[in-house]
Amino acid sequence: MQIVCKNLTFTYGKDKRIQVDAVKNLSLTIEEGEFFGIIGETGSGKSTFIQQLNGLIKPTTSDELKVGEFDLLDKKCDYKKLRSKVGMVFQYPEYQLFAESVFEDVAFGLKNFEKLNEKEIEEMVRSAIEIVGLDYEKIKDKSPFDLSGGQKRRVAIAGVLVTKPEVLILDEPASGLDPEGKEQLLELLHKIHNSFVKTIIMVSHDMNMVVEHCTKIALFNKGEIYSTGKPFVVFEKLDNLEKVGLEQPLTGYLKKELEKKKVSVDTDLTVDDFVEKIVEKIKK
Amino acid sequence: MKVIEVKNLCYSYGNGREVIKNLNLEIEKGEFVAIIGHNGSGKSTFAKLLNALFTPNNGEVLIDGLNTKDKNSIYEIRKKVGVVFQNPDNQLVASIVEDDVAFGPENIGVKREEIEERINFALSAVNMQEFRKKTPTKLSGGQKQRIAIAGVLAIKPEILVLDESTAMLDPRGRKEIIDIVKDLNEKGMTVILITHYMEEVVNADRVIVLTEGEKVLEGTPREVFKKKEELKKAGLSLPPATILADKLREKGVDICEVLTPEELKEELCKLFVKI
Amino acid sequence: MKDVTFGQYYNATSFVHKMDARVKILLSIAYIVAVFLVKEFHFYGFLVAFLFIVLTTIFSKVPFFSVLRSVKGILFFVIFSAVLQIFFNTAGEVVFSWKFITITDGGLLKAGFIVCRIMMIVMGTALLTLTTTPVELADGIESLLSPLKLIKFPVHEFALIMSIALRFIPTLMEETDRIIKAQKARGADFESGNLIKRAKAMVPILIPLLVSSFRRADELADAMDARCYSGAKGRTKYKKQRITYRDIIGFLVLAGLIVGIVFLNGVL
Repeated sequence: MQIVCKNLTFTYGKDKRIQVDAVKNLSLTIEEGEFFGIIGETGSGKSTFIQQLNGLIKPTTSDELKVGEFDLLDKKCDYKKLRSKVGMVFQYPEYQLFAESVFEDVAFGLKNFEKLNEKEIEEMVRSAIEIVGLDYEKIKDKSPFDLSGGQKRRVAIAGVLVTKPEVLILDEPASGLDPEGKEQLLELLHKIHNSFVKTIIMVSHDMNMVVEHCTKIALFNKGEIYSTGKPFVVFEKLDNLEKVGLEQPLTGYLKKELEKKKVSVDTDLTVDDFVEKIVEKIKK
Repeated sequence: MKVIEVKNLCYSYGNGREVIKNLNLEIEKGEFVAIIGHNGSGKSTFAKLLNALFTPNNGEVLIDGLNTKDKNSIYEIRKKVGVVFQNPDNQLVASIVEDDVAFGPENIGVKREEIEERINFALSAVNMQEFRKKTPTKLSGGQKQRIAIAGVLAIKPEILVLDESTAMLDPRGRKEIIDIVKDLNEKGMTVILITHYMEEVVNADRVIVLTEGEKVLEGTPREVFKKKEELKKAGLSLPPATILADKLREKGVDICEVLTPEELKEELCKLFVKI
Repeated sequence: MKDVTFGQYYNATSFVHKMDARVKILLSIAYIVAVFLVKEFHFYGFLVAFLFIVLTTIFSKVPFFSVLRSVKGILFFVIFSAVLQIFFNTAGEVVFSWKFITITDGGLLKAGFIVCRIMMIVMGTALLTLTTTPVELADGIESLLSPLKLIKFPVHEFALIMSIALRFIPTLMEETDRIIKAQKARGADFESGNLIKRAKAMVPILIPLLVSSFRRADELADAMDARCYSGAKGRTKYKKQRITYRDIIGFLVLAGLIVGIVFLNGVL
């Protein structure tokens, strides 16, 4: 599903004293198959933007807002169906767990969206729990509140994946995880990206993670898109990331520093590519 | 001078799960110690054992010679050990910044005129004077956490413990906190930084790695980050710059061990100057 | 939902802000009594009360909009009371009749009267919370209730609980908003179905909210302990409240208001 939005504007309330995190005149197209990163400092409009992609908040004004065949500006838009196709994982998703058992919690979304028989439900819940790397038989009857932090997060993600969404949106999925947990989470994202999930949209503050994993990124600044494109292109253009409240990824920083010494490294900023290019340069 | 002595410390929760197993360590006055470990390794429990929120099942924790098991010392111990927790929202008690910072001094019975001084001192230490009359709910995560630190500093502790205080912040907020902590340490404060961001650890004098409540590694950041296998087993990783340098070395590039991006930059520049 | 004015202090330095919280609380109570003193259908009394609100708002530097917005939160209640009066009060002459619906001028007058009364009271109390920080408010109540200590009532704890509750209102609002969105994203439907179905639909919001409130309470307790909290004993107070000329002026103005209302009650 292709995501298109044109001249999207969203304004919060009328009271200026309430912190505004709005978006202004935003146009962006996200093609199917991307692992799309959204970066920008806190309050730059990232969260406001992603919440419009499945109709959780509606644009104040917009010329076009389409997710695949769903036209979100059409009053007759079927939001329920849209939300089953566009999964949304909020920051700290474990805080939304509520059911008595892991099974029930994961099945929640499924039961809301579709009329399925017990067997179908069990089948889909099992596959969602297994895809996030948990043992279905061992965990299905446990209370979600008895799990460890990392397991809770996985169960919460399974609760979104259970409807097999084609687009998966994640807001800071790695926050609070330790290095190992973070690594496993990214493995999981790549695994599902190669199966039923066609497009991943990830909001992140971790620049190293973004250059390593995203095919394209959009840099938000004060509710507008500052620049968009392949990660290395976006970071290349930015001499003054401080202005937009961000830092270069490690490889981007090194590249810029080497340029000051008249050494240019032609890299896409992933660590492996950077290493390879440096090695080539030295051999020459 | 030793400000913290931990001897054969054991602690388990009500359900019998052992969280800290036979831990021994000493911390010198003015030292900057980082404690790292995966989620559930017992590092946050350790923080709470330092200011007598928890008391040991076995062994003891001595703060300036005061035993946390001694009920009469608890108050004195908490004055000496200031703890800043993870979620800034859940440690602010008041709706106005200055009232929140005043909370600690009020509790220990500081006189009004002196509370005024302490608020000034604490807010300027975290560079938040201009927010004095503001509502914390309207501030960013990093700013709220700075207020939380100020609230602890106003008690004038000798030891500052940060229990994953940067975990919920964005990179800018994290940097602000780390800069403040470094600054306080330079001015003589003993700092214990509990984190799982490897790049924050490089500032410490000493790093302690906990796994399942046991101390598995200890040393300067440079020494600890050399033990890659052990770190991996503990569910941890290396700072990004160290990982990159290692990959270069694997490919036959002659490069020293580094911890920070700046060091790596120097190394790379040296390489190309040679050529 | 984020628009609730309750507990939302408006930061400014003004005559009203600088008044002693205890005095402001007492004056608010006196003001409410004054509004209740307005005799039925003597609308001039409300005009005087409204004048008082406008004056206080000007001297408090709070935008009048914020004061008005406080009414929004209880709009449903206002409309409900009005409708009740209009349709079920049969006093006076019939002005409109259609099938079983009868509207009388007595009912209309009573509805107008009640709406005015509620609005005056709400705007008055909103001015108190807009110009007094929750901490001042709690301290003020603590101080006013302190005689109750004699009967072993935990006045300090009561005041602290109140100020913490006020402090956490915005935080919990935000959290509720987030949980609602997260469950909506998973297809939860809070709008359709009958009452039982809708009540059931609240479970996925209420449980996470409850769990997180407990977690917050736990963490807050730890943070308070860590900052040497040990009850009222040996505790000092940073902000001491003192009665000043402002408070005396406040008393005088309010006394004027009451006299004015009583006078109007008698004359008209």
